[in-house]
Amino acid sequence: MSGATEAKVKALYFAWVRERVGRAEEELDPPPSVTTVGDLVAWLSERGESYAGAFDKPAAVRVALDRVHARSDAPIAGAKEVAFFPPMTGG
Amino acid sequence: MASVRVQKGDFDPGAEAEALARGRTDVGAVVSFVGYCRDEGGALGALELEHYPGMAEDEIIRVARQAEARWPLIGATVIHRYGRIAPGGRIVLVAVAAKHRAPAFAAAEMLMDYLKTRAPFWKRAIGQAGDDAGWVEAKQEDDRSAARWRATD
Repeated sequence: MSGATEAKVKALYFAWVRERVGRAEEELDPPPSVTTVGDLVAWLSERGESYAGAFDKPAAVRVALDRVHARSDAPIAGAKEVAFFPPMTGG
Repeated sequence: MASVRVQKGDFDPGAEAEALARGRTDVGAVVSFVGYCRDEGGALGALELEHYPGMAEDEIIRVARQAEARWPLIGATVIHRYGRIAPGGRIVLVAVAAKHRAPAFAAAEMLMDYLKTRAPFWKRAIGQAGDDAGWVEAKQEDDRSAARWRATD
C-alpha cells in the first residue's frame, strides 16, 4: 500500500440521530486533524444547525466503526463505515 | 454456533425451541424467552423497530459467542424482528439448549441483557391514533442488568 491515505468514510445515521441530521447516509471527508471518534463527533457538530442538534449531547450518541461499537477515543483511521445512533432499545 | 436471524416476519417460538433438541440425545434442557410488544395500558398502537442491517446480525453473533465461551451450550437461536409490530406481537426470541438447566437459564438471560443494550435496534412508539409518540428511551435498568454479567467475569 502506498500513496495518500483515503480519508473518505461513509456515514450512517439511525433513529433520532438520522431525523435530526436530516439524512440516513452521506460521504464524509474529515480533515487530517480529526483522528478519533470523539474528534469526528465534534467536527460534525460544527457542520450546521441540524448536526449541532443531533450531537448537542455527545454522550447520548453511540458510534460504530465498521459495524463494531467504538468508544470516543477510538481511532478512525482505516474505517470505511461509521454509524451514529442513540442508545439501543431493542429486545 | 448460534443461529441468528434478523427478520421482518413472525416466528414460531415452540418450533424454534423444539428444533434445538430434535434428533439429539444429549440435550437435557432448552430455555426459551419471547419478548412481546405490550400496549402500555392501552396507550400504544404499535412499535416501529428500526435496525442497522449487517451490524444487528454481527452484534448478536458476538453476544452469542460470549455466551458460548462462558457456558457449555449445545445450541442457541436468536431471532429479532424489525418493522411495525402491534401489541401482542412477538419481537424477539432467545432459545438455548444445554445438558443442564443452569447454563441454559443463565445463557438465555445474559443473551437478552446483552442484546438489549448492544444490538443496534431502536423502537419508535406509535399511538392508538397512528400518531408518532416518539422514540423509546433506553433504560438505565437495562444497563445495570447487562453489567451484572461483567462483574463476575
